[in-house]
Amino acid sequence: MASKLKNAKALAALHKKLAKDIDTEKCHISLCNGTACRPYGSNPVAEAFKADIEKRGLADKVEFKITGCHGFCERGPIAIVEPGNVFYQRITVADVPEILDNTIQKKGPIERLLFKQDAATKTVARQNDIPFYTEQQRIVLGNNIRIDPTSIEDYIAIGGYSALSRALVELQPDQIIKMIKDSGLRGRGGGGFPTGAKWETCREAHGDIKYVIVNADEGDPGAYANEGLLTGNPHSVLEGLVIGAYAIGSHQGYIYVRNEYPLALKNITLAIEQAEKLGLIGKNILGSGFDFNVRVNRGGGAFVCGESTALMASLEGKTGEPRAKYIHTVEKGLWDRPSCLNNVETWANIPLIVNNGAEWFSKIGAAGNSGTKIFSLTGKVNNTGLVEVPMGIKLKGIIFDIGGGIRGGKKFKAVQTGGPSGGCLPEKLLDSPVDFDSLLKAGSMMGSGGMIVMDEDNCMVDTARYFLTFLEEESCGKCVPCREGVKRMRQILTDITQGKGEMSDLELLTELSAHLKDSALCALGSSAPNPVLTTIQYFKDEYEAHIEDKKCPAGICKALIKFSIIDEKCPGCGRCVKTCPTQAITFMGKKNPVILDQSKCIKCRTCYDICKMGAVSIE
Amino acid sequence: MKDKVTAIIKKYGSDSSQLVSILQDIQTEYNYLPRTALDKLAKKLDIPQSRVYSMATFFRAFSLEERGKHICNVCQGTACHVRGADLILESLERQLGVKRGQTTPDHKFTLETVNCMGCCATGPVVKIDDEFFGHMTNDKVEPMLSKFKE
Amino acid sequence: MSELVNLTINGNKYTAEKGSMVLKVAREHGIRIPTLCDHEAIEPFGACRLCIVEVTRGNRTRIVTSCLYPVEEGLVVQTDSPRIVRNRKMLLDLLLARCSDNKVIKELAAEYGLEKPSFREEYWEKHDCIVCGLCVRACEQVVGVSAISLVNRGVSKEPKPPFLEKAKACIGCGSCHYVCPTGAVTMEEKNGVRSLPRWKVSFKLKKCPKCGIEWAPEAQLEYIRKKWKLEPGFFDLCPNCR
Repeated sequence: MASKLKNAKALAALHKKLAKDIDTEKCHISLCNGTACRPYGSNPVAEAFKADIEKRGLADKVEFKITGCHGFCERGPIAIVEPGNVFYQRITVADVPEILDNTIQKKGPIERLLFKQDAATKTVARQNDIPFYTEQQRIVLGNNIRIDPTSIEDYIAIGGYSALSRALVELQPDQIIKMIKDSGLRGRGGGGFPTGAKWETCREAHGDIKYVIVNADEGDPGAYANEGLLTGNPHSVLEGLVIGAYAIGSHQGYIYVRNEYPLALKNITLAIEQAEKLGLIGKNILGSGFDFNVRVNRGGGAFVCGESTALMASLEGKTGEPRAKYIHTVEKGLWDRPSCLNNVETWANIPLIVNNGAEWFSKIGAAGNSGTKIFSLTGKVNNTGLVEVPMGIKLKGIIFDIGGGIRGGKKFKAVQTGGPSGGCLPEKLLDSPVDFDSLLKAGSMMGSGGMIVMDEDNCMVDTARYFLTFLEEESCGKCVPCREGVKRMRQILTDITQGKGEMSDLELLTELSAHLKDSALCALGSSAPNPVLTTIQYFKDEYEAHIEDKKCPAGICKALIKFSIIDEKCPGCGRCVKTCPTQAITFMGKKNPVILDQSKCIKCRTCYDICKMGAVSIE
Repeated sequence: MKDKVTAIIKKYGSDSSQLVSILQDIQTEYNYLPRTALDKLAKKLDIPQSRVYSMATFFRAFSLEERGKHICNVCQGTACHVRGADLILESLERQLGVKRGQTTPDHKFTLETVNCMGCCATGPVVKIDDEFFGHMTNDKVEPMLSKFKE
Repeated sequence: MSELVNLTINGNKYTAEKGSMVLKVAREHGIRIPTLCDHEAIEPFGACRLCIVEVTRGNRTRIVTSCLYPVEEGLVVQTDSPRIVRNRKMLLDLLLARCSDNKVIKELAAEYGLEKPSFREEYWEKHDCIVCGLCVRACEQVVGVSAISLVNRGVSKEPKPPFLEKAKACIGCGSCHYVCPTGAVTMEEKNGVRSLPRWKVSFKLKKCPKCGIEWAPEAQLEYIRKKWKLEPGFFDLCPNCR
């Protein structure tokens, strides 16, 4: 690796050299080995590629890159092959030699590994022709495919750190702040606060020592957009952070990464080491006279530490208890000093804005909501993964055009955004634009990007109960409304799912909700009512069914459902008998329907899931 | 034991504001937070024992009890939940004979839950040590556990 | 000298030092705002939420805890608006469900018209501690020994001695008992011994050789003597006899 870059010219020269080195004669294979692909066995596939290339001495013919998240997590392990922009999916170790041969010998793409939306449609060879990708606008996440996140050279080769160079050499801090203000960038962590205004207040705050903080404590269950970005392109976040520090006048940064993200921790720690070696972090960066240091801190497994004051308490070595924000953290934050905390994705947008200009950015997205947002689209959709879309795109565009609709041909029921602080939106709101303000109006919020799709087989009362159970566990316990209120709400919802609810419970839930919104200490408590309020508002019929009819229409709430065998459909194969954990099913011989003993049935659903004949019914 | 704790404290510049990181390193070293290590820590950093105990019990990453050889993490995040993760947890509880947060009597497994590992596409997900198991269904639980039963 | 600001509380105009808390200003003028986790010798915490008030700044009104909200020029405060009263009532409803047998909570709840919790009886609890943190904060900020701390997270959060054993750093001063708003921290004195059962500690009381009164724990006196570098035997006689 090169040694310390003394100035902007040195960086530009390195970039030129590395860009040239991207040998366009060679073939390129870019394999995703991000966290979401690992359960598919992407790591053994990566090792197989490396081993085969070395064994057969193919390094001069093919450039193999292990990258972070490509986005189409549903189809992992994924690789992109150039030339040809070929998209290969569901790669196994056994496919590796063929992929290598096929690529090097420039044969046509391997048909069986190509993308197909479903059995009826044709394969699509090029990534750029796949609707999942074409409907997105991947200005931030798109670079993941082009770089090995453990290589700073890869990042510089595609123009990385040129924005930092420009900022330090050509721009003054107040010019940068104006640029960010004009771009219209709003915080991507959920609050949606105008980033430029935040930076300005912090810059103007009293005190010489200021801090910049990256909030990578993405705790919303089901959201991993920050993970994919931090793991796949850590330098983009780092670059944005240094630019922000320069603009604000801070010389010390902190990156607070969730403990449950080991790969992200590994990659960002390595990125900092590499940046330090090249003098892009540390003293006198690129000869500008600007000093900046950054430290990585791990979370301790507490969702509440995603809240800015709790995060800062944790950085101070205290328990993650939030405090009142009547005096903002940009004035008095970490160690009572002006602190600018922003989300991973917010920081990653900064280099793009500096390089392309505020006007360019403001034209992307919608009015008052510029730019794009990365969502983790998961749940009952066909195409789960990380998607990056312009603000203002309709919900249905994400779920159906990109997401490919509901899996298994089931019916859409709800989409949950904003994590436990957000709400569940019904079918009639599918035309809503996805932006900060519209989601708030609907009773939900943007959050950090979780978008979980639910279908007819999901129970909305159970969903509300689930979120409150989560929040009860994660509440710091300091204030009475949250500690006691969330507990009581969870108890009421559990009673409803067990058939012990009464209609007056809905009134009590609504009153408790109003109380939490008014009186809780922090946003965990004040937004805890959202899942409850939105499900009562949009899915009242399900509540009524649980309370008045003592039924769970979706077939989820155990106390209200019964499993039984449909005799006419049961061929007597006995598969369910073997897998029943309580031996509640008795084999009656081939061709005879099995018998299910209700008294032993624990409603674990194993028989229902395993039966290929649809002979188990849930009532 | 004492040397290891001292080394960890030194690594973080004996800075008590780095308490979370220090505790994490101790946990990584011993697979839990031994009492003797915590007493040593309070003494060396010159901070109240009550503060160390408070930190150790607030953050879910820490365990004050010895954990099993294999840590079995069941994701209970929303994306996994809507695909039936709670039933997978119940199945594991049945098969291991312990409730979440507990360790089997033979100290082979500790069953824990986590609220999202970032593998939502393959949910429901279970992670045992460093190995991921995606698209879990109840019938896959036993074969998965047997891989570690050696 | 500090800057003075003008503010309105419940329709009446007052002046106060800029930056002082609304609760303090209100109390100075005899306006009653109920509190549980507040104490004049201890930094405000904002945990019980009982001291909430409505504040209006410009055209924005919000609910804040008066113990931690600094006054400023033109601030308009409402201490008992219908919205505030509703919230206090629900707060006490939640506390009553937690401490269904506690005298202090029952009396406060009755003031707001609450005879019993709105929740199902099977879920009523019988705690005395409301996790206001005063005992822990007093021990840390006033006494300086941090013998106890708030332990666990969420619904099981409680003040406890470290490792749930007897609080070794405790000097038996009883500050925690004196500041506890609900009587949850009990203190007993019997046969020359003071005990604080919640922290599993007991202390021999020093007996004055002159008048015979058992007047303070020996451990506490020894702590004070050492801290202030007083000569041995400084506390041999009780304050009256010295």
